[in-house]
Amino acid sequence: MFLKGIKRKFSEPGEEPVSSGEQAPATSPAASRTLSSSYSLQRQSLLDMSLIKLQLCHMLVEPNLCRSVLIANTVRQIQEEMTQDGTWQMMTQALAAAQCPADRLVATEVLCRQTDAATQAGQSPKPVSVVGLEEGYHSEEVVMESDVETEAIMSTLSPASPQMSSASYLAGPFGMGPCWDEEEEDGDCEEDEEEDSEDCVSEGEEADEDHLSADSRTGEKVFGTFEIKHPVPPPDPGLEELFSDVDPSYYDLDTVLTGTPKMGPYDLLESLSSHGPTALSSSSSCRSDLNELDHIMEIIVGS
Amino acid sequence: MEEESDTRKINNSFLRDHNYATEADIISTVEFNSTGELLATGDKGGRVVVFQREQESKTQPHRRGEYNVYSTFQSHEPEFDYLKSLEIEEKINKIKWLPQQNAAYFLLSTNDKTVKLWKISERDKRPEGYNLKDEDGRIRDPSTITSLRVPVLQPMDLMVEATARRVFSNAHTYHINSISVNSDLQTYISTDDLRVNLWNLEITDRSFNIVDIKPANMEELTEVITSAEFHPQHCHTFAYSSSKGSIRLCDMRQAALCDRHSKYFEEPEDPSTRSFFSEIISSISDVKFSHNGRYLMTRDYLTVKVWDLQMENKPLETYQVHDYLRGKLCSLYENDCIFDKFECVWNGSDSVIMTGSYNNFFRMFDRNTKRDVTLEASRENSKPRAILKPRKVCVGGKRRKDEISVDSLDFSKKILHTTWHPQENIIAVAATNNLYIFQDKVN
Repeated sequence: MFLKGIKRKFSEPGEEPVSSGEQAPATSPAASRTLSSSYSLQRQSLLDMSLIKLQLCHMLVEPNLCRSVLIANTVRQIQEEMTQDGTWQMMTQALAAAQCPADRLVATEVLCRQTDAATQAGQSPKPVSVVGLEEGYHSEEVVMESDVETEAIMSTLSPASPQMSSASYLAGPFGMGPCWDEEEEDGDCEEDEEEDSEDCVSEGEEADEDHLSADSRTGEKVFGTFEIKHPVPPPDPGLEELFSDVDPSYYDLDTVLTGTPKMGPYDLLESLSSHGPTALSSSSSCRSDLNELDHIMEIIVGS
Repeated sequence: MEEESDTRKINNSFLRDHNYATEADIISTVEFNSTGELLATGDKGGRVVVFQREQESKTQPHRRGEYNVYSTFQSHEPEFDYLKSLEIEEKINKIKWLPQQNAAYFLLSTNDKTVKLWKISERDKRPEGYNLKDEDGRIRDPSTITSLRVPVLQPMDLMVEATARRVFSNAHTYHINSISVNSDLQTYISTDDLRVNLWNLEITDRSFNIVDIKPANMEELTEVITSAEFHPQHCHTFAYSSSKGSIRLCDMRQAALCDRHSKYFEEPEDPSTRSFFSEIISSISDVKFSHNGRYLMTRDYLTVKVWDLQMENKPLETYQVHDYLRGKLCSLYENDCIFDKFECVWNGSDSVIMTGSYNNFFRMFDRNTKRDVTLEASRENSKPRAILKPRKVCVGGKRRKDEISVDSLDFSKKILHTTWHPQENIIAVAATNNLYIFQDKVN
């Protein structure tokens, strides 16, 4: 089990980190040894799907608590299993090494609903997606190449930065925001994650996969660790188009899997932006939600 | 074929009586009253439509009493919670009838937040012959009044009016999923995801919280309440089901707060079928006591289980509703169908149980003969007054002529809500925005 603050260990200490360009976990040494790659592929896409489902909650009407609890439990279960067989660790390392395009961020940012408009101002002007988080492990070169958004995100992920602006793909569905619990305050950021970033020692990379590891504080990790700090940019028109046409075969997972040949971790999110209507989001209300999102974002951001 | 003749014993020539097409709105609940004379439906638009059974006609004995619209009223309106900036849906989640005590009918209807008690009464007479106002209601000129008379009740066209007698509000932070009237006919419970509240039917400004599973830190929430029901005879006992597949029986005499159960029903998980979806499909969507009070029935995603109240460690009977979906769970998770909440219902004698499925199919299981049947509620596939043909879903490669393959099933056509007449073999099935009523054939 991977614990915070402990130096990451490879199963084979002498082995080099997975080289960039390769997609984990199929090529991760520990993972491929213990699991079939198709199982871990499926598990990964299930995890991604679940995270997206948790994000896409209907903000105009209170979301269904039972459904969210069940999805969150599934996510927790997957994370626990992945941590147990070391896949998690390998995967995040592999991602860190891989070159990832920055435009992914735009698509995933749209998926992040803002629940807290006024937190930690000045830290990061843009919300950080899951992918963005992983990309934070890049060296600084990647930061320079990408656009302003990514740069801002990267800089906040550097170990030198005192505060972690972290991915909020789960946006604390239970503990945060008015839609879940009247008593909880908005923007109840888990301060612990900042400690994580400081404690975690990496081989020179920004190492913060602790966020995603399922340790004893899985619940917090899942629900409250991350939050969206700042308003979401206007939705990507490509994404709108994506949701506007729900492919009837969407509920065939095979379609999704075969549509994207290299399904590395979080590549699923990439597939949403780069591929056609393999819409994983099944609810047609997402379409109207995105329009609502525009409107709500304008209100929340203020003028 | 032998199998078909056996299934005929249960379906026993169910006729399709009428197809009541409601408005465009989707029916969200159906419920017979305790005599079966009335059938109430609630829909997504907050309306309640009550059907009444015709008196059986002596001149036409073959024509069993049919159900006609008796009353329609708007029970709940959409609301806006300004504090949370969220809409409160007007969709009727549940309707429960109170047993009839006088000429009027009473029912409880609830949306996500508010329970209302409605009185449905008939008016077929009106007083005529007032002294101070004329028949139109206008005040008469006092100087024209020369004599006194007593107003007389004259017959009028039957008018059915529904009035809201009580509004029970502001007691639920989360969405109400069920209500249940106690056998004492004085109290009832309303249940949301995390709490069960006990009300007195007469008192609207106060309720008692009797179950609260909300954790101190919402981050630790892993289980919610999915349904709750009072025992049909014991006014101190109720049961509630959870999203983790367990049922707790509580005795209100033990403590004011029934967080500690008196019985706990859960089937141990079969490790061989474990998957990431195991928990989701074990989540119980409905719990119903049998009429005799000895059994509990629960519905999870793939099965219906009958529990003996005296045996907590495993169910008495398990019935597979649509096991062919077990291999499709990932797709069903993706399109959210795996979260569909199907209801289940007992027949009057507790010998047959019924529940819905996809493709407008619904299933009946005879507990004594162990036979089951799949029927379809659809206009295209059955003519009025025709006997319903049993349907079959084929799972293997070879599909027979009348069978339908799993991949052809329409998952948007789901039968979530069904109800069974308390005494006779009459069932009401809600298929999206259509209501189907089926009766036993008259010989």
